[in-house]
Amino acid sequence: MTERTGLLRERLKAWTYELGGPGTRARLDKLTPPANEFGVDPYGFDAEFTVAAIAPLLWLYKKWFRVQLHGVDNIPSEGRVLLVSNHSGQLPFDAAMIEVALLIDRDPPRVARALVEKWVPTLPFVSTFMARCGQIVGTPENCRRLLAADEAILVFPEGVRGLNKPFRERYRLKRFGEGFMRLALESGAPIVPVGVVGAEEQAPQLFDLKPLARLLAFPAFPITPTVLPFPLPTRYHIHFGQPLRFAGSPDDDDAVLDRKVAEVQAAVQALLDRGLAERKHVFW
Amino acid sequence: MAWPSASTCSGEPVTPSAEPALFPGMPRTVLVTGISGHLGRALAKQLHTETRVVGIDRRPFAGKPKDIDHYQVDVRKMRVEEAFRRHPVEALIHLGIMHDPRMPFSEAHSFNVLGTHKILDLCERHGVRKVVVLSSANVYGPLPDNSNFLTEETPLMAADRASDVRDLIEVDMHAQSYMWRHPEIETVILRPVNIVGPTVRNAPSNYLRLERPLTAMGFDPMIQLIHEEDAARALVLALKPGVRGVYNVTGPGEVPLSTILRELGRQPIPVPHLVLRPLLARLFEAGLSGFPPDEVDHIQYLCVVDGSRAVRDFGWAPRYSLRETIRSVS
Repeated sequence: MTERTGLLRERLKAWTYELGGPGTRARLDKLTPPANEFGVDPYGFDAEFTVAAIAPLLWLYKKWFRVQLHGVDNIPSEGRVLLVSNHSGQLPFDAAMIEVALLIDRDPPRVARALVEKWVPTLPFVSTFMARCGQIVGTPENCRRLLAADEAILVFPEGVRGLNKPFRERYRLKRFGEGFMRLALESGAPIVPVGVVGAEEQAPQLFDLKPLARLLAFPAFPITPTVLPFPLPTRYHIHFGQPLRFAGSPDDDDAVLDRKVAEVQAAVQALLDRGLAERKHVFW
Repeated sequence: MAWPSASTCSGEPVTPSAEPALFPGMPRTVLVTGISGHLGRALAKQLHTETRVVGIDRRPFAGKPKDIDHYQVDVRKMRVEEAFRRHPVEALIHLGIMHDPRMPFSEAHSFNVLGTHKILDLCERHGVRKVVVLSSANVYGPLPDNSNFLTEETPLMAADRASDVRDLIEVDMHAQSYMWRHPEIETVILRPVNIVGPTVRNAPSNYLRLERPLTAMGFDPMIQLIHEEDAARALVLALKPGVRGVYNVTGPGEVPLSTILRELGRQPIPVPHLVLRPLLARLFEAGLSGFPPDEVDHIQYLCVVDGSRAVRDFGWAPRYSLRETIRSVS
């Protein structure tokens, strides 16, 4: 590391500690992923880097979206767990905010490994940033391995269909894929439903420029009132539900599995409905 | 236990060490193809104190220890059989595979694929009990949607993007079918991660030797390296009776490419990946760079393997630490 990047990293870390408030440093010091002599774990997660890198995201968390958490204690402190959330907002700030929440507003903090789209590794800088922050490509093998190692995984079963849906479909969940349910049954991991309220309004999609998206090999190219999906300062409410446990075989018929998936989807929808009812205003 | 240190790996005879035998049931005569290469010599050095070693290579074996019989012959030639007739060969370690991007493709292909077929047929005819084939973890290929750790069951997709590895995949596949066709022969296919060290001169180690290597801007994949002596030791351990199957062989861990370059004191030149590929193609054609343009994937995407099966089945553990392995490229 050159002197300049070292200095930058120290500054960012100090910013993280400052934004997080008193005790943040002590809490974050409890993060001890299995790192080698070069400070990374086998997946490329670098705790030092992450603490520095989340500073701007933490600023968004505290000052821009002014995130409010509800039921954060529903996340077990240790052991394998799947966080299953709705996905919205054109750009995945919802994932970033959930992860910052688990790092900053939980004691001890937990690193949630979000499963990223398979096109992320083809993006320069983004791919590296994601890997150092502990994010991984969402292949079933990766999930199995991480759950077996008792890690927390953040899943968006709607995928980009949820992320890049038009504004008129806000807070209506797209059909959940069932991959996460097979993994939960296989590993015996509990599922914590997560409902993010506020992200839908951050960048209302007017329409999707599909030909341009195809040309750039992007999953979508949303056009918003600000043209590009720049997030508006909506207020985020993140609701964590009671852990759900499922029993059964991961090789059951799709119909059996679908019923369990529908149960999780209903739990997430219930959190959204509650969040929308309790929310006083989109922006404050 | 002391193995010859990295600095003595130049081919002089080594005094036999006073170590106990590595494991019971070591084959009494081992034939090694490609013994004159850098890895072959590292292997010969470890193996000739343990058992009788016979070498086959079309190159001369400079500084050959006296107790090794060397046949300087192309592995595709009939005369190779002489080695089997003169020595009671019990095991084969097949390293005779070339990866030279400058070699005409048809020549390398014939040498690798035909050579493997010929030597495996001879093993069958002469009652060899054990066959160890050196493949590579690169047969899986660095792909953007790879899982972080690839197991031995992962499809061999490398040829999807780089046709140069086609013959390596073919050799690996042929060895696999040989394994199933000949249950009486213990066939082992080893797929080590990138082999580096003071003597090896393969694509990854040559890349790491560059003072100012080109990198793909914004990409920093995790890389696995294994020291040449560790790779040679894995080949020896694969001779253990009872070991059979396909094994990934990993080194001491995974690190980002940038960390390796920093540790070696290199000054990388980041180039946007969209420009990098055509740029390297031009440089390669002009002979200004030894970096085959297809290999850009290796500095862009993951090709990291899970080595736990070898750990479980034959107690594989590298001896060189991560830092030592990285620094061995000098």
